[in-house]
Amino acid sequence: MSLFQAKRLDLRFGGVHAVRDLSFEVRCGEVFAIIGPNGAGKTSVFNVVTRVFDPNAGEVVFDGVDVTRVPRHKIVTHGIARTFQNIELFEGATVMENLLLGCHRDARQSFLGQCLWTRRVRDDEARLRAHVEDVIDLLDLAPHRNSLVTGLPYGVRKVIELGRALATRPKLLLLDEPASGLNPEETRDLAFWIDDIRTELGVTVVMVEHDMSLVSEVADRVLCMHLGEALSTGTPAQVQSDPRVIAAYLGH
Amino acid sequence: MRFDYDTSYHDGKRLLRYPSQWLAYGLLVAGLLIAPWVLPSYYVGELNYLFILSIASLGLMVLSGYTGQVSLGHSAFVAVGAYAHAWLLAQGVPFAASLLLAAAISGLVGLALGMPAIRVSGLYLAMVTLAFAILIEHVIGRWKSVTGGYNGMPVDPPVLFGADLSDLTSFYYLCLAVLAVVLVMLVNLMRGRTGRAFVGVRDSEAAAASLGIWVAGHKVLAFVISAAVTGLAGALLAHHVQYLTPEGFNLLLSLELVLMVTIGGLGSLRGAVLGAFLIGMVPALISQVKPLLGERIARQFGLEIFFFGLILAAFVLFEPKGLNGRWLKIRAFFQTFPLYRKDVFRRGKSYMKSERYR
Repeated sequence: MSLFQAKRLDLRFGGVHAVRDLSFEVRCGEVFAIIGPNGAGKTSVFNVVTRVFDPNAGEVVFDGVDVTRVPRHKIVTHGIARTFQNIELFEGATVMENLLLGCHRDARQSFLGQCLWTRRVRDDEARLRAHVEDVIDLLDLAPHRNSLVTGLPYGVRKVIELGRALATRPKLLLLDEPASGLNPEETRDLAFWIDDIRTELGVTVVMVEHDMSLVSEVADRVLCMHLGEALSTGTPAQVQSDPRVIAAYLGH
Repeated sequence: MRFDYDTSYHDGKRLLRYPSQWLAYGLLVAGLLIAPWVLPSYYVGELNYLFILSIASLGLMVLSGYTGQVSLGHSAFVAVGAYAHAWLLAQGVPFAASLLLAAAISGLVGLALGMPAIRVSGLYLAMVTLAFAILIEHVIGRWKSVTGGYNGMPVDPPVLFGADLSDLTSFYYLCLAVLAVVLVMLVNLMRGRTGRAFVGVRDSEAAAASLGIWVAGHKVLAFVISAAVTGLAGALLAHHVQYLTPEGFNLLLSLELVLMVTIGGLGSLRGAVLGAFLIGMVPALISQVKPLLGERIARQFGLEIFFFGLILAAFVLFEPKGLNGRWLKIRAFFQTFPLYRKDVFRRGKSYMKSERYR
């Protein structure tokens, strides 16, 4: 069953044709990887899906709903969460606050209720905290719970960002180069977590990744992009042995 | 030594967690309550002014400290609050209603400014708000039928439920009460969903939007809250100065407010109050030390601005986190005694952010 479909997406910036007539679909409960040389348009696809950019043509259908034109801040209410290639954490806040911000859409707090700090608001905060603690447990973030994000090592920040996206209770998780800048040990942890997220939480994962060992380990299917176009789709082994993919990476 | 150890999910959100905190804040409140009975009336008047400045500073802190939007035009909201309050009182509106209405009118003006202004940020926003302040100053100067123009306008004394609050001591308690209510409400708002969203918008708009935070909406909301609180301070200021003229709300007031939040420590309500007290006391302190400076220096024009600049430069160089940062360090020194090291608060390496999309 397909959870997510991109239909004939097209995105241009002036003379740059970032995404050309791209169609793909992601099945419910799979880990889907998008690979390709730099500048292939992988992150642009994410940015179209999360409504940073308006596509020039095509549509995005998620869970049977057309989400091509929903406002940018509403995309998460449809169940799509993402991480960023260059970490976009809230630097001036603690890890806990970052994760609580992930629960923003889940929070039921009226303006006046917050001002008066009513029992209802306090209970809601405790409920969000309980949910955040589940994420902290899953990703082993307990030692950093109350630290400021500034000053934590790069690898930990990557995990916090993953946790923040998970705190939104997504159905589809978009990971933009989750393993970039991680050491081999951290990458291995990440592979386990991605697998946990899929099997235990039932979240479908789409990731852009350059690390082919990680892709082969966790991805069910792979889409290879080149110059904005879909070059090849299939299992990691199929895509890796596709001559067009090899040509795109190594040149003719 | 003290460790934060939560035993329930409510613990992390508690404001006063330890007996020592209850004691410290209890003493502070008790001291403030008996202050007008033991202090000479000059200092009571000064404290009134400092309380009013603190409220205005809290208003600006919501905007600049929490959502990271610069405003060089907050004197305009003080003015709108003051004139609205004075006008409403002159029309016979009861004091309490007039106070709230003045805040609401100022909030509406904030909404009108915020909606176009959030399209720009940083230096450009500073320019927009500055232009707005100049505009408001001129509107007040020209709108003679309501504001009395450059001739000014007298302010009726505050009368709450038949009791005249215009003497120093009653007015002291009024200002203290308003400050306390504003402070508690803002503290609550900032530790809840809205305050977190403000910080999110400040630190990364891209991430905030991806988490479902309506970035534009929260920026405008911060403008409205900030303008309303600052307008409330203006309404109280009207009683403090008793006679309003447009010159009383010039650019220098805006700059002082910016100084308060910067020196206090951006992103902290405690800092806003500390900053207001420090900056608000500078003119009084200068007049105290003037006789010691020798006649030639004492007679110089612009000593205040010189000292404002000096204080700002010193803070930027030596304590960029402001008075609040200094306070946290002193507190940590005692809490972790004797383990405190100089490097405890040293910031770790911060990673470069490149190619941020807004």
